[in-house]
Amino acid sequence: MTTLSDDRYKMVEKTMKKLSYDRSALIETLHCAQETFGYLENDTLKFIARRLKLPYSKVYGVATFYHFFRLKPKGKHTIVVCMGTACYIKHANIILKKMEERFNVKVGETTADGELSLVSARCVGSCSLAPIAIYDNKSIGHLSIEQSICEAQELLK
Amino acid sequence: MIQSLEELQQVAQEKIEKQKSFTQELRVCIGSSCASLGSNELQKELSQHVKENDSKKNLRIKGVGCNGLCSCAIMITNFDKETQTEKLYEKITSEDVSTITNCIHDSNALPEKVCDMHSSFFTKQKKIVLENAGVIDPDDIEDYIAHDGYLALFTVLEEFSPADVIEQIKISGLRGRGGGGYPTGLKWESVLKVESAQKYIVCNGDEGDPGAFMDRAVMEADPHKIIEGMAIAGYACGASKGFIYVRAEYPVAVEKLNRALKQARRLGILGTKIANTGFDFDIEIRLGGGAFVCGEGTALISSIEGNRGNPRQKPPHLSDHGLWESPTVLNNVETFANIAPIIRNGGEWYKSIGTPTSSGTKVFALTGHIKNAGLVEVPMGISLQELIYEVGGGLPEGVTLKAIQTGGPSGGCIPKELLDTKVDYESFKEIGSIIGSGGLIVMDESSNMVEVARFFMDFCKSESCGKCVPCRVGTTELTLLLDKFVDKKATKSDYELLKSLCEVVKNSSLCGLGQTAPNPVLSTIKYFEEEYLEGICND
Repeated sequence: MTTLSDDRYKMVEKTMKKLSYDRSALIETLHCAQETFGYLENDTLKFIARRLKLPYSKVYGVATFYHFFRLKPKGKHTIVVCMGTACYIKHANIILKKMEERFNVKVGETTADGELSLVSARCVGSCSLAPIAIYDNKSIGHLSIEQSICEAQELLK
Repeated sequence: MIQSLEELQQVAQEKIEKQKSFTQELRVCIGSSCASLGSNELQKELSQHVKENDSKKNLRIKGVGCNGLCSCAIMITNFDKETQTEKLYEKITSEDVSTITNCIHDSNALPEKVCDMHSSFFTKQKKIVLENAGVIDPDDIEDYIAHDGYLALFTVLEEFSPADVIEQIKISGLRGRGGGGYPTGLKWESVLKVESAQKYIVCNGDEGDPGAFMDRAVMEADPHKIIEGMAIAGYACGASKGFIYVRAEYPVAVEKLNRALKQARRLGILGTKIANTGFDFDIEIRLGGGAFVCGEGTALISSIEGNRGNPRQKPPHLSDHGLWESPTVLNNVETFANIAPIIRNGGEWYKSIGTPTSSGTKVFALTGHIKNAGLVEVPMGISLQELIYEVGGGLPEGVTLKAIQTGGPSGGCIPKELLDTKVDYESFKEIGSIIGSGGLIVMDESSNMVEVARFFMDFCKSESCGKCVPCRVGTTELTLLLDKFVDKKATKSDYELLKSLCEVVKNSSLCGLGQTAPNPVLSTIKYFEEEYLEGICND
């Protein structure tokens, strides 16, 4: 069972309080919970459901509807490959495929050792630098296929 | 607290006086492309360098929003106040820090990095929405006020009736910039006419088209302009509450908007009894969760209410039954950013720009195989030829144009033969595409059109909310069919099925996402049919 003594739950509680525990606070609360915990665990979702007096099915339904919410923990490192149209026509799909092969991980998932999460984004809004990927917090644009793998290896060192 | 137009002008004047000690300004672009190359760090380095070396203290370093030419990131503008001239430097790195600060004394410094301001990229643009982008500090409300900011809002509150405001917007001919193209004045009028104790103004900042970043740039470069536009809409329609729905993937935009809202509240520009009138207005931010379907009005409303972003049947329209069943105005970021300039200069002025049916300007995100990739604002009615070859500088050496994709997953591909087409709502519709929100992707000869169509269909498939069958099942089946064409394993009957299924999805889907999902396929069939036929195996 979750307890309010955990400071992280206090953060989530604060968001709900600010929005008067109204049911419309759900998405804002999920954003806050994900930021605090890193991902949305079942216990967290149940806690939110209880506090907002919403059925768990509703909370789960909303959390799974939006791509932004993660129900599994992230890896130690994250690589986001942009798959916006500008990146796509500059072969971002090949970069993504090569990364999947090289690190034996499917897009949207984390490697078995928890080291790397590979994510694709709809558009990171730096289309003039296409193709672009974000390695942890660092964006690298005009990527070649070889370079994209090299940068990833560098990150995992 | 600013309580009248007079006080506002006083604040503007004080700010201008305060800045007089600085005769030179180095404006560092901190837009998304420049930032990802490290412009924030560069700005800090510059400030440090100036602190240590500039004895006269007449140089100011300022972070500004996107100034457009993203392919030349990082951009720095040297603005000379005395002569009111700008000099633009491109591709600046941290190695240039000491040289670039010298350029204020020696105008011949860094000649190889000076950008030609007389090129068509600059001269063919007309900046209304982006007038402050690259000029003001988005974190400083006073800087906005010094550039005529909130002048329109205070003028409206002191001198206009709500009907007067709507009249000006109607005269201007402004149409919704999110893609729909519905006349903004009519939308506002229908909300004004409904009697209700509670009405809402909602700004759609959930820019979801892959390959589009116009709204993000506006939110990051000039957040107060959106707030001002929304407040004017609130006054015109009788609403006291607004929401800005922003993608959570745009943390910088969220940060800038939040800071702008706080500053506006502190100065009494948002809150109760604004400008000593009976007008109350405040805005809250709601984060989106990365669902493309939330660009659809009813889905967006559902998301703000805390639900899954499922659209619903229209009518009733949002102007009758919107957010929490109250009359709601929903406009896009760019639409709101047009409001203050229209009020300041009058509807007739705006009407005089562009074409009779599509007035004003449109912001485009130029990307793909194009030299001047970046953000541009051009008057409506400009031809695609001018937009690509003059403003955009054409394609890089050695590649030739094949098609232009506009409107994202709801739009179409325009072949190079139709380059004379004018950029306006009607002309684009005629050739089977849409202006959409403004993403414009230039594709070269190496692009396979069937693959492009499949890319968008795959996108719509994963973004379909699943509520209605034609969209949920249709987009999946269409993706599978397109796979066959890409793999060159399709049959003649697959081709017939592809075409008829497109019609079914288009005509029977519940919302805009499904209704427009077949557009990329239909337009590529129309102009590049041979590529589909090549995908049919004969045995």
